Amino acid sequence: MDDDNPYDLLAAADEDHRWAFGTGFADPLAGVGTAIPAGVDAAALAGQCLALGDDALIYSHRLQQWITRAPELEEETALANIALDLLGQARMLLTRAAQAEGRGRDEDRLAFFRDEGEFRNVRLVERADADFAELVGRLLVFSAWRLALMRGLAQAPDPVLAAIAEKSAMELAYHRDYAAGWVIRLGDGTEFSRAKMQAALDTLWPLAAELDLGGEADAFLDTVFAAAALTRPAAPPLATVAGKSGRDGVHTEAMGYILAELQSVARAHPEARW
Amino acid sequence: MVTAWETAASVPDPELPMLTIADLGILRDVREDGGAVTVTITPTYSGCPALGEIAADLRGRLAAAGYREVTVRTELSPPWSAGQITAEGRRKLAAAGIAPPERRGPAPERDGPVPVPLRVRCPRCGSADTRQTARFSGTACKALYRCLACLEPFEHVKEF
Repeated sequence: MDDDNPYDLLAAADEDHRWAFGTGFADPLAGVGTAIPAGVDAAALAGQCLALGDDALIYSHRLQQWITRAPELEEETALANIALDLLGQARMLLTRAAQAEGRGRDEDRLAFFRDEGEFRNVRLVERADADFAELVGRLLVFSAWRLALMRGLAQAPDPVLAAIAEKSAMELAYHRDYAAGWVIRLGDGTEFSRAKMQAALDTLWPLAAELDLGGEADAFLDTVFAAAALTRPAAPPLATVAGKSGRDGVHTEAMGYILAELQSVARAHPEARW
Repeated sequence: MVTAWETAASVPDPELPMLTIADLGILRDVREDGGAVTVTITPTYSGCPALGEIAADLRGRLAAAGYREVTVRTELSPPWSAGQITAEGRRKLAAAGIAPPERRGPAPERDGPVPVPLRVRCPRCGSADTRQTARFSGTACKALYRCLACLEPFEHVKEF
């Protein structure tokens, strides 16, 4: 160690030293158990956790971009809290994915050192919100869908995924109700706010096709649209590339910009700690 | 003689420092085996950034109490809920001006898509004439309210 380097000294002062770029505090699943139970297909489990973890990681990053830009302090606090919950879900899911794939990677390797084609998130989460109506519209669709998914996965054969899903569902129910409150307020508001809210849904709908909405999520969205005097859009799905989309690693133009921001510090200083 | 449980239970929550982790209900288990001790904690919310601090504090206090080997485990299931805050924890929250979660029976019937927030009593003047000003607050586990009787804003630990 170089004694003249204050960063080395800082790192040596505490065995709990951390990655400089903000994660790696500790294994978020420490002590939860790394074994993959018999009868669970490890590769399939890894793929499932990676996809759900990527959805949360990328969407959390998009929500964080609203910080200092939200219309009111209360909304900014809400968005920061929701982004933090999703980041926590991403950390646990990526950690579980890394355990299941068994290639010696961890959550940081998966978040910061994969290229665009290796990310498995749906394309809906990549989009940059054009305005507040798009923000709350997308949050409503995303959290209604993810809540239904997580409620189902609370019975998953892998007990770690089941526990993450059970915990996530409690958080997502709160996010969904927050978003629903705003969609109803804007849709059932003035003519101007209703037009903006409807336009936001119409813009987002081609991306929602990838989500396999149905059952509980669809029923909830219909209830909200009815209360908000909004029309469920009928826009056709966003085109795929030879049948491939987000879950296959084929993303929209927006994805490269997110990863550039998300990964640049980690890649510039791959061993940095503080 | 202070037990390992008592030492672990003395760790304050970094974000609600008036509560210990035992008051908050996130200290799940403490097992001693000779000079070794294993502590099990659970996060309040998935993204709770305090968990790392709590683990470091646990290791420090237990080492100072003479335990040579300290292991801190995370447990996710069953998930934490505000109902796991102890009676002592609720009392300390109220004394610090934070409205504790309401004890509620079966969930009320929802007749619309968004649940109406529960009436929360002002921790300063006791009035039930309060209004939710934001569904979120400075930490993941709280919401913001204002008392319409004494006009003071206050935080409320959410029913979660």
